[in-house]
Amino acid sequence: MSDAFVSLSDLTLAYGESIAVPNLNLDIRQGELIALLGPSGCGKTTTMRAIAGLMPAKSGTITIDGRDVTRVPANKRGIGLVFQSYALFPHLSAFENAAFGLRLQRRPEAEIRSRTQAALEIVGLAHLAARKPSEMSGGQQQRLALARSLVMEPKVLLLDEPLSNLDARLRLEMRTELQRLQRETGITMVFVTHDQSEALALADRVVLMRDGVIEQIGPPDALYNTPVTAFAADFMGFENIFAVEGTSLSSEQGALAVSYSADAPYLGWRPGAVRLGSGSHEARVRSVAFAGGHREYVLDTQIGPVRADVDIAAPVFSVDEAVMFDLPQETAHPLKAS
Amino acid sequence: MTARWPTWLILGLTLTFLIGPFLIIIFAGLSAGNSLAFPPQGLSLKWYLKVFTIESFHASFALSMFLAVFGTLAALVIGIPAAYALNRYDIPGAETIKTAVAAPIIVPGIIVGLALLRYLVVPLDVTITMALFVAHTALVLPYAVRVVSSSLQNLRVDMEEAAILLGCTRLQAFTKVVLPNIRGGVLAAFILGFVTSFNEVPVSLFLSGPGVRTMPIDMLSYMEITYDPSVAALSALLAFMCVAIVFTAEKFLGFSRYV
Repeated sequence: MSDAFVSLSDLTLAYGESIAVPNLNLDIRQGELIALLGPSGCGKTTTMRAIAGLMPAKSGTITIDGRDVTRVPANKRGIGLVFQSYALFPHLSAFENAAFGLRLQRRPEAEIRSRTQAALEIVGLAHLAARKPSEMSGGQQQRLALARSLVMEPKVLLLDEPLSNLDARLRLEMRTELQRLQRETGITMVFVTHDQSEALALADRVVLMRDGVIEQIGPPDALYNTPVTAFAADFMGFENIFAVEGTSLSSEQGALAVSYSADAPYLGWRPGAVRLGSGSHEARVRSVAFAGGHREYVLDTQIGPVRADVDIAAPVFSVDEAVMFDLPQETAHPLKAS
Repeated sequence: MTARWPTWLILGLTLTFLIGPFLIIIFAGLSAGNSLAFPPQGLSLKWYLKVFTIESFHASFALSMFLAVFGTLAALVIGIPAAYALNRYDIPGAETIKTAVAAPIIVPGIIVGLALLRYLVVPLDVTITMALFVAHTALVLPYAVRVVSSSLQNLRVDMEEAAILLGCTRLQAFTKVVLPNIRGGVLAAFILGFVTSFNEVPVSLFLSGPGVRTMPIDMLSYMEITYDPSVAALSALLAFMCVAIVFTAEKFLGFSRYV
């Protein structure tokens, strides 16, 4: 891709002899907000650390803004990283934390003052400049960590699990904040997360990783609506995924004869795509939970538990009640083997 | 409540046992008589004043101060990087090294002193001051490594990585971020080292030579010749000095957190 701003080609990363990420290829456009998504141990953090220069590449190259930085040390790459723990300097005030990088560069005092002040204002911390990090709340600490990186005007801003340490309300606030920042500064951002809803809500493009390999890349809606593999579907909330053998569905717990067959090795249904109350298969209600606009059922069936969400207006089934259900062909999503 | 009195009794006995000798020395030094005795024969400050006029005490005090200050500084110069390396890098046999570093604490001082005398001072013809300096540095080193290690363990590694990403070299990350955040531990190590070195007897006993004696050794030899209360007065003064240092450290640093 010619318009790639950050380009990872054939990047292999290893801890000693064990390869964490084999042959990764990824292009990121300027100003893009990318999410590296995956379960723990999938190589997303390792990849981020490699972009930052904290993790040496075993082979392959990393290009940023047309320059090969594979062998450039971390302190010369001009990349910002907001750590999950924030990694603020406890002995310095908020202002001095944010000014740290500029002081290292021995900028004139007036420039340090104005740029640091501006960065603190962007994250809404100008009034707390004299505080020590230990006197700030978790959300404020994170915004300080963000300001400390932003003040350096990094080419790329990396964020490690930026929302995971915040409570629900702050999470929404920070999400809005990050999107606003990205719009206003046009900075290229890459963030790492294990939470699919975070990735979908924030990113322009989501990179789903598994065992060091990219499973699927795409805009949030594409990943959400059309996951390609069973793994991706599982991560995107397809809670009912079954293998297809001829005209039956199967799982480790058993098989279910259906009236159709499929070309794909797997079929997946979101809980909302399962039909409950009518159909050709029998099940027993294991649990039911009220969830606002719908009820969430777990059914005991021949092929193990099936999750079904049913509109609040539909008749209610109680626990242990026998009920008919269907995994309809029309709502099935074909999936490749993982 | 009746069951409380054994607790108070034990506490009282313990305190008497710990502080009693100290009080006896203070009062023995206040004696108006000419020999070391308790209870003192009348009260006077003359022995406390006489201490300052004894020539050899001047030299030995200066030597002990020199050893305590510079021996401890040298131990920190070696100990801080050692503690850092042991904590941050995956060194093969790190545990063994930690044990080896603690050896001068475990091995009786008499043996350390004899070994240094026999294999450092005699064959290499090292000056006595130099030998004492080396010995005191080695004795204080374990404390430096231990105390600095414990404050390094509380310091997150990602703080250094953050500093590096903001443009620091590894060395700058150490001096600008690590060092300021372990300075409490470093000061605690210094004070602990200072007191340890100043009060050290067995190793110094072997290494002291004609005219070169540390304060405690000088006091021992003074007592062998002159059995007057000035030694008690001096002991009391030195004890006050050490107590004052530790109290100041506790007040300003929360010293006991690190030891």
